[in-house]
Amino acid sequence: MGTGSKFSGMWHLPFSLRELMMKISVYQVAYKNLLRKKTRTALTILGIGLSAWVLTSLFGFNRGYESALNKDIDNMGFQVLLTAKGCPYEAATLMLKGGTGLRYMSESVFADILKNEEVEQITPMLMQAVFDPNKGESGGISAYLGIDPATFPAMKSFLEFRQGGWFRDPESREAVMGYEAAELEQREVGDAILIPEMNLEFTVVGVLARSGTQDDGTIFVPIRTLQRDFGQEGNVTAVGIKVKKEANIALLENKLYDLPDVQVVSMAQVKTTIMSLVSTAKVMVFSIALIAILIAMLGVINTILMSVFERFQEIGIIKSMGAMPWDVFRMIWTETVILCLLGGGLGIAVSFGLAKATDLLIRRLLPYTPTGSLVAIDGRLALTTLGLILVIGLLSGIYPAWRAARVRPLESIRSEGD
Amino acid sequence: MGPGQAKANGIALEARDLRKVYHRGSEDIVAVDGVSLTILRGEFISFVGPSGSGKTTLINLLGCLDNATSGSLKIGGRTVFDGRKSLSEGELTKIRRQVFGYIFQKFYLVPTLTVIENVLLPYAFYKKAEAPADPMDILRFLGLDNRASHRPSELSGGEMQRVAIARALINKPEILLADEPTGNLDTKRSEEIGGVLRRLNESEGLTVLLVTHNPSLARIARRTVVLRDGKIAD
Ligand SMILES: Nc1ncnc2c1ncn2[C@@H]1O[C@H](COP(=O)(O)OP(=O)(O)OP(=O)(O)O)[C@@H](O)[C@H]1O
Ligand SMILES: [Mg+2]
Repeated sequence: MGTGSKFSGMWHLPFSLRELMMKISVYQVAYKNLLRKKTRTALTILGIGLSAWVLTSLFGFNRGYESALNKDIDNMGFQVLLTAKGCPYEAATLMLKGGTGLRYMSESVFADILKNEEVEQITPMLMQAVFDPNKGESGGISAYLGIDPATFPAMKSFLEFRQGGWFRDPESREAVMGYEAAELEQREVGDAILIPEMNLEFTVVGVLARSGTQDDGTIFVPIRTLQRDFGQEGNVTAVGIKVKKEANIALLENKLYDLPDVQVVSMAQVKTTIMSLVSTAKVMVFSIALIAILIAMLGVINTILMSVFERFQEIGIIKSMGAMPWDVFRMIWTETVILCLLGGGLGIAVSFGLAKATDLLIRRLLPYTPTGSLVAIDGRLALTTLGLILVIGLLSGIYPAWRAARVRPLESIRSEGD
Repeated sequence: MGPGQAKANGIALEARDLRKVYHRGSEDIVAVDGVSLTILRGEFISFVGPSGSGKTTLINLLGCLDNATSGSLKIGGRTVFDGRKSLSEGELTKIRRQVFGYIFQKFYLVPTLTVIENVLLPYAFYKKAEAPADPMDILRFLGLDNRASHRPSELSGGEMQRVAIARALINKPEILLADEPTGNLDTKRSEEIGGVLRRLNESEGLTVLLVTHNPSLARIARRTVVLRDGKIAD
């Protein structure tokens, strides 16, 4: 702060500007009031910031999770998967079972599937699990997925290659390795992979980039080759079905249920199952958010109420100066709003900054998490949260402001003696 | 221009038979007991009397800070209180900000605001439309012009009270009420404040109502009202 000399310098300013500096608003007074107890103000802002952070992240998660899940499911390339009854599709399950228990369905089922007008395209798959004694310390299971080079790559067009590309020849001994499979076996394009048990050798022609899905751990080979080598001619373990854009998936699923000895895995159902799992977690997390909001609210009420009580006499004097109850109400309300906006701003800034960390945290907490960004925070969400915090602030401010507005000038003068 | 002559501009304030009764349990305390008083514009009146004689109560009634139990009060010819009808807080506020400036024993400056901001504080709530005072003129008049951007904590008690006076003057009140304004100050500072009040009365024609225990301060006034048990004693 300058001294009087600075002030007299101001004296030579044009009149309008001087006039401007010769004013003080209720808002300025409110703002400066908050500077009185800096620590208390800072702690309150921190509390609000914390709950704003929790809120923003939760809202962001609420939006992000579903869209990430949708994207993941779209990335499967097909909306319905048909497997032989009892056949584990998941690579993980396959490995647990040690490759036993695979069931097959006959290619004759293709015609029955294609009969349905909803179907745009199908792609057959044959899963084979092979024990590899050279894998890891005591050997391990490798999952080979036989695919049709004519249809599978087109359906899974989002798959990206780190190296090389798809095999073209449906009968070749060529392989494309998922990112992790390649890492694990230390293979690059041009290397060979062996299935010692069967004395087979494949040449790696492509390595996929990481996709975050189970494709990462899979070794893709031409389905015809796999069928021939494992004596499974005419058999497949799964059929991926791509449904026409406008078609009614539920209707198709119902028709597919009637096919004998097949199991219909509907991606829409998978999604519903996952969402219901997640919603349990969400309820818990939202209760935490609610508690956070309540605590922040109590903090605000406490802070403002304390400062009102401390300033009882001063408020009385302000009223003797001609302030109407509404003026005082507005002043105290402004203090609450400033606290909340600062806290809210802080919390939102933190949630932007820590979106990645929050993402990781949620991944640890939830049973299944899609690959994309889970916490989708953008400007609109930030504004919504800020608006919500503002409403909370306005609500919390009502009681303290009302108490202050009721102070009569006489009260402040009466307590003069003490 | 002698303030006693009142410039033929008439009556600032007229109280008739004002009474204020406090009820404390079953006991009735008559703090002000039938006071009739006419104060002319430009007068400087001091109120003295023993503690508990009703000085503060009376000046609060005259200054519309409180409602009387009975009696009537006219300010500038306008009846603001008559009989038993009490004014609402809003109505009282309107009269207060139009007519009065108040100073008290305590200064009630806002510690986070500078001197000039404290002085301008009433403008945050109300600014008289006609002829607003120039705050720098007021500060200069009170010898505070080189203190404008200081904080209250950097001032002496006498300076703080002068800031409070400046704040009371910013809306150009017709009447200044001062309830023991030097109660917290030593003799030298008290004289300083007394001098300020006298100058305001003499050169600005401000009507001043001063409550004090200090006989030498009371002597500044042209007229002294002595209260005893809520009544005017002569
Ligand atoms: N709010 C109140 N409730 C009850 N009694 C009150 C109240 N205010 C004042 N009184 C009583 O009214 C009487 C007059 O009080 P007042 O404060 O006007 O005296 P005073 O002359 O200003 O005294 P002092 O010189 O000590 O300030 C006293 O007996 C006091 O106890
Ligand atoms: Mg008193």
